[in-house]
Amino acid sequence: MKLIIAYIQPERLNAVKQALYAREVYKMSVSNALGCGQQKGYQHMYRGAIEEVTLLKKVRLAIAVNDEFVQKTVEGIVEGARTGEIGDGKIFVLPMDDCIRIRTGERGPEAVG
Amino acid sequence: MKKAMIVGVLVLGLAAAARAAGVEVKSAQQVQDNLDVVWTLIAGILVFTMQAGFALVETGFTRAKNAANIMMKNLMDFSAGSLGFWLVGAALMFGADACGLFGKSGFMMDVFQEGPGCWNWTMMIFQTMFAATAATIVSGCVAERIEFKSYLIYSVLVSAIVYPVSGHWAWGSLMGEGSEGWLSALGFHDFAGSTVVHSVGGWIGLAGAIMLGPRIGKYRHDGKANPIPGHSLVLGTLGVFLLWIGWFGFNPGSYTQGIGDVSRVAMTTNLAACAATVSALATAWMIMGKPDLTMALNGSLAGLVAITAPCDIVTPGASIVIGLIAGVLVVLSVFFWDKVHVDDPVGAVSVHLVNGIWGTIACGLFAAEKVLGIGEANTGLFYGGGFHTTFVQLIGIVAVGAWAFLAGLAIFFALKKAGILRVNAKTELKGLDVTEHGQDAYAGFQFFSNT
Repeated sequence: MKLIIAYIQPERLNAVKQALYAREVYKMSVSNALGCGQQKGYQHMYRGAIEEVTLLKKVRLAIAVNDEFVQKTVEGIVEGARTGEIGDGKIFVLPMDDCIRIRTGERGPEAVG
Repeated sequence: MKKAMIVGVLVLGLAAAARAAGVEVKSAQQVQDNLDVVWTLIAGILVFTMQAGFALVETGFTRAKNAANIMMKNLMDFSAGSLGFWLVGAALMFGADACGLFGKSGFMMDVFQEGPGCWNWTMMIFQTMFAATAATIVSGCVAERIEFKSYLIYSVLVSAIVYPVSGHWAWGSLMGEGSEGWLSALGFHDFAGSTVVHSVGGWIGLAGAIMLGPRIGKYRHDGKANPIPGHSLVLGTLGVFLLWIGWFGFNPGSYTQGIGDVSRVAMTTNLAACAATVSALATAWMIMGKPDLTMALNGSLAGLVAITAPCDIVTPGASIVIGLIAGVLVVLSVFFWDKVHVDDPVGAVSVHLVNGIWGTIACGLFAAEKVLGIGEANTGLFYGGGFHTTFVQLIGIVAVGAWAFLAGLAIFFALKKAGILRVNAKTELKGLDVTEHGQDAYAGFQFFSNT
């Protein structure tokens, strides 16, 4: 069991979702996030004054998967999110100790589903 | 008693002040002239309120990532459009007639400087507001994907050329016999602009929506339409109320006279809007199973557009019938355009084009001049007036429609060929606020961009 966490550009979310659906990955949680990477943000002009924007708007995906789905999920996220430009994002794959479905009390790979 | 004394002193004071300022009331006619100026000017300002209404409806019905762009567009179509109308538009619309097709004098409004009590300026500011309304209707149809440069270009062209030419056909004679166009010579009736203003805007908007194509994500692979919900129905509703207020200037103001009939027109205008709201709500509720606010709001506007042409020649009862039909039409029309893949984010084609046509036909069906005591005979089909009026109305609808739609297609086609019509996919997905303008409408907020 792995927990896959990815940070992507907000406007790529729909493409990522579709790429994951095509690979039969239907479960995910999505949240808004702020962050910066190598680029260290950007400068922005507002009414003539320069503003340092250090935290950029991103979308964070968290997907718990069984081992056989890890590769597919990573591929789906890359396919949907990659544009080739700086800021496309990162994917982290973490080991996951356990998973509990609250409604039934199921545990482990079955609960991941 | 005390109050009466204060009022009396005030009146005497005002009269003295007026005399001191050299304003002397000479005759009842002069009082009436001034009344006409005051009412028409106030009505023009009410029509300006509609700009705020359009801005809010369009913003509310679209996504947060494009809100600043839509506000900017509404601000600019009015500002640039007013300048274009001053420079060329007013002359094409109200100048001395050439072959019934367009006006040929009065560029930069120079022939309109004369007139009793500067009446012409009153008419010109009133008409400027109308020209800007036609241009701003288009904004909704092309929202969320048109490039800002293109928007500026076409809104000037609409206010300066497209709207004034067809406007001349129907309304040229408002500034005197010498400027009468061919449609009004035929007897075409469009009191406040169902065809002249709203259909023209709707036709150009339809041309724009076709040339641009649908927004990314609007249609699924199987061709079915996805909903792209607007980000604030609160703003959208406030916008409709503002438009409704503005319409009390648009329709009753079109008398351009301070006379009692304006109140009757205010009544028919209001009744049609209310009836259309009710029938749009009922239609949407029956078809979709839920009372849909956005459809009811489109219904209010549909009723207002439909009653715009016939508001002065129909009875209050007939205005309710016209409104009821408008409300059903607008809902069915929204479904229709979605089906044929014309992506109109705010329903402007359904509201302004479809119901502009309906309202113009309704003049021929429901005209009841004799019943209202404003004419010798009823000209409406349902009041024994025969088919003639309806036939003339149809000629007007087809002619103005052909002109506005073809002109719209030509403008948008040229912009497409120039490569500046539509923003690129990345810009569209990120939103036009950050990419085109470098600012957020809602700085500090983060929205889900799920579509």
